[in-house]
Amino acid sequence: MIRQENCKVVSNRQIADNIFELVLSGELSAAMSQPGQFVHVKVGEGFDPLLRRPISIASINDGTFTIIYRRQGRGTSMLAEKTPGMSVDVLGPLGNGFPAGEAKPGRTAILVGGGVGVPPMYELAKQLARNGVKVISIIGFQTASAVFYEKELSDFGEVYVATVDGTYGRKGFVTDILDGLEADIVFACGPTPMLRAVENGNYAAKTFLSLEERMGCGIGACFACVCHTKDDPKGFTYKKVCSDGPVFQAGEVVI
Amino acid sequence: MSSLSIQLPGLNLKNPVMPASGCFGFGREFSQLYDLSQLGAIMIKATTPEPRFGNPTPRVAETPGGMLNAIGLQNPGLEKVFNEELPWLDQFDVPIIANIAGSTEDDYVKVAEQMSKAPNVHALELNISCPNVKTGGIAFGTDPEMAKALTRKVKDVSEVPVYVKLSPNVSDIVKVARAVEDGGADGITMINTLLGMRIDLMTGQPILANKTGGLSGPSVKPVAIRMIYEVSQQVSIPIIGMGGIQSAEDVVEFFLAGASAAAVGTQNFVDPFVCPKIIEELPEWLAKLGADHISELTGRSWKKNERLAYYRP
Repeated sequence: MIRQENCKVVSNRQIADNIFELVLSGELSAAMSQPGQFVHVKVGEGFDPLLRRPISIASINDGTFTIIYRRQGRGTSMLAEKTPGMSVDVLGPLGNGFPAGEAKPGRTAILVGGGVGVPPMYELAKQLARNGVKVISIIGFQTASAVFYEKELSDFGEVYVATVDGTYGRKGFVTDILDGLEADIVFACGPTPMLRAVENGNYAAKTFLSLEERMGCGIGACFACVCHTKDDPKGFTYKKVCSDGPVFQAGEVVI
Repeated sequence: MSSLSIQLPGLNLKNPVMPASGCFGFGREFSQLYDLSQLGAIMIKATTPEPRFGNPTPRVAETPGGMLNAIGLQNPGLEKVFNEELPWLDQFDVPIIANIAGSTEDDYVKVAEQMSKAPNVHALELNISCPNVKTGGIAFGTDPEMAKALTRKVKDVSEVPVYVKLSPNVSDIVKVARAVEDGGADGITMINTLLGMRIDLMTGQPILANKTGGLSGPSVKPVAIRMIYEVSQQVSIPIIGMGGIQSAEDVVEFFLAGASAAAVGTQNFVDPFVCPKIIEELPEWLAKLGADHISELTGRSWKKNERLAYYRP
């Protein structure tokens, strides 16, 4: 059930270069269950900036939830200024997340996260590990100062880190690591070129990808974030990233 | 009688607040959030004869106090809207205003003829103001003679009253308004979006794949207010006002400018509960202004010789 709530800031701390971890408390957390869903956040009062910001849910806890965002433009800079006790207008939970149940107990799941695509992997890893799935996380960043959640993810299984400039972990892309591993299922979230590479690599029998797209409403009404389907790539059939996704099975939509 | 109920051609409205076309889809998403029967009406997403995918993404870009969109009239086409969306909407006690669009006169006529036969479609909204399609749309809305001729053609086939949605991207909107009134329009809806652009500083290219898009949101409100103020004094058909409405205060301002009902667009994306919120808050404003009925506010800004019963600041 989608609802709007003024959630309270529990903490808002910088965990890497321009990457912030915001913990919010609210009844909304009780409505969250699926990893990979997102919330739509109004960063300030008034009408500038006007639109909400879609931010994926990193962790669902009892009475609180965590979101992680990159301080990039005016909106996220305003969000970075929030201090404990302040309230944040949140709409959610939105979208369809990762089908954790597709990974069977005893099997191996590889979780691939790139940059701000890493956060939803935390809740997913938590749930998969709880279900008895063997979890391997591969997380990729531009550079050493951008790395986050390596330690947090290591609570649930092996973690491999790649940086583009080689300043931390393995030099290169997440797919360079993925090439040497075997899995029954792959879950990925990150920049579109990364998702394309993961999809094209056919690393497992089943692959699920979380897409990113500019959104308006976040609930499926504005048609800002549509994409074509693979079986009708130039036609009229479409999926909305916000409400049909953001998670799709590899081969479902054109990315 | 409720202080908010309004009678307009074809429309018996519980209240004068409705979501604007293109900002509410066909209502399915919002029906999960609140009972759509609370709304005065619903202006459904533009329907064209054939399905349209619309423009490539990015389709939206934020602007100070607003947003640009270039969706490009994505819709499932006449047959699907008529056979699936309208019957689904019939479960709600709310009149539908069907926004119709096309590339040619024949497109508009075809969609109007069929859509006006649906039992829950109480009026048509002729979209001659979409700035995001290559043919049709705004081309009809910026030429008074073309607007008039198209209005006449649609009126000839429609079984329900026809409202014409005007574009603000003209130098003399009164001329277009008069033309569609001459063409037989039963009402006017205004304003559609203002044509705009944003450029990405890093790439040096327009952000929208379509390059240009329609500006909406609170930043366009003063333009809408000015245009409704001008048009409402020059035509005798009612106006459903829209353009940046976010609150009950904004609705009051649109009425004072000359509107007889109001539509909420972009704010549905920011606060999906905004329409029921405004409906709930309007009576407070009427009390504050000393109006027994909301229709007393229409055109108050230019009706110099009439006064409300009292004014309580």
